[in-house]
Amino acid sequence: MTGSIKDQVIGIIAEQAVLEVDDVKMTSTLEDLGIDSLGLVESIFAIEEAFDIQVPFNANNPGEGAFDISSVAAIVAAVEKLVAEQHS
Amino acid sequence: MKRVVITGAGTINALGHDVPSTFEAFREGRCGITDLDIQDVDRLAIKIGGQVHGWDPEAHFNRQQISLYDKFTQFTLLAAKQAIGQAGLSFEGQLAASSGVVLGTAGGGVNTWDENYRTVYEEGKNRVHPFVVPKLMNNAAASHVSMEWNLKGPSFTVATACASSNHAMGQAFWLVRSGAAQVMITGGSESMLCFGGVKAWEGLRVMSKDACRPFSANRNGMVQGEGAAVFVFEEYQHAKARGAEILAEVIGFAMTSDAGDIVMPSAQGAERAITGALRDARLNADEVGYINAHGTGTAANDKTECSAVAHAFGHHADRLMMSSTKSMHGHLIGGTGAVELLACIMALKDGVIAPTIGYEEPDPECALDVVPNVAREAKVQAVLSNAFAFGGLNAVIALKQA
Repeated sequence: MTGSIKDQVIGIIAEQAVLEVDDVKMTSTLEDLGIDSLGLVESIFAIEEAFDIQVPFNANNPGEGAFDISSVAAIVAAVEKLVAEQHS
Repeated sequence: MKRVVITGAGTINALGHDVPSTFEAFREGRCGITDLDIQDVDRLAIKIGGQVHGWDPEAHFNRQQISLYDKFTQFTLLAAKQAIGQAGLSFEGQLAASSGVVLGTAGGGVNTWDENYRTVYEEGKNRVHPFVVPKLMNNAAASHVSMEWNLKGPSFTVATACASSNHAMGQAFWLVRSGAAQVMITGGSESMLCFGGVKAWEGLRVMSKDACRPFSANRNGMVQGEGAAVFVFEEYQHAKARGAEILAEVIGFAMTSDAGDIVMPSAQGAERAITGALRDARLNADEVGYINAHGTGTAANDKTECSAVAHAFGHHADRLMMSSTKSMHGHLIGGTGAVELLACIMALKDGVIAPTIGYEEPDPECALDVVPNVAREAKVQAVLSNAFAFGGLNAVIALKQA
């Protein structure tokens, strides 16, 4: 795997938001970054492909469920947890 | 302008293989959504659908026909036979020349694509059956109906995703109203419940894993369905002269485009289609007693649709009934408006409003009378049927009592 999970997730989010990696802060929310619901679904697809994991996510209630998307830091933590669970 | 009436109806869907059994399921609030019985279902995350069970093509078609008919065509031909049989029409001479077929489907022969991709990609074969193209093409169903019933006037297929059937029936209405056709066979069909057809929808992350609960606060997405419904739209004087039974009158139609987003719906676009249909039908808002909602059970559609209806109807929105029968038969995508028109006909003809089943918790953003869980007896004079497609294409039909 290239780079840390954090760097890869930030890379995916930056690409989706059409921003430089340095502009994506751990405290940023998806709204701050201008990622809408369709962009979120695409980001989750990219994360699943990059880490070979299944992300529990339903676009009808994105705020609910096990996958926390409230900030970039929350997404990184959630992905780290799923990688640990699904690749152990 | 000519008046347009419906003189025949046919269907096959998850609730039944004809109109009477579908009406019975609507009255009983029965759910046709089950575990999917399809190849490779274990590799799907979504394992439920409004599937047609007990379908035996050999009971209806011979071997040569089956080799030419995708399931969406088979469903269409069965529904068309019922509808034309009920209307009691035979098409010859001038009537044949001025009658046609316009049907909706989003995907056409999806099962045929799926099966043949398996053959060439999974099984590695380099040869497919010679009829793959005529079987999968979107206009196959409309063409086979025209051939089966000798319909020689205008025939075509409309593909506007989830609004396909409503757009198709709107074109049929216009063709008869303008005098360009005397009779149009119309409606729609979809058969996407195969591995590729469900997998594609899974990707969008809007599907429910357990049930379709339109307008309920705890709704968690849509559920796919399959099937067809077909109607006979006939010029009023022609129907009257031959003493045909009239099921309902088609009185208005409007279509609008959101020109906004490829998947997110717009309340303004929906509202403009609703008010456009009322205007076309010369209906006052307070004459509408029932709306068959698009009601997909997604977060986005249901609140947008309720907002559009509230704006279009003002105070009357609190007095009319609006239900989503997708809770029972699932979302038939390009065929859905056709099956849903049956609930409109039942409301006008039998005075029974089909319910929205699976309704568990009120949602303040969907605060209309959605006829929760139990069918209701009510006299209604005029009804609307809504369809709002991905791509922002909206189509609303207005019917009134015969």
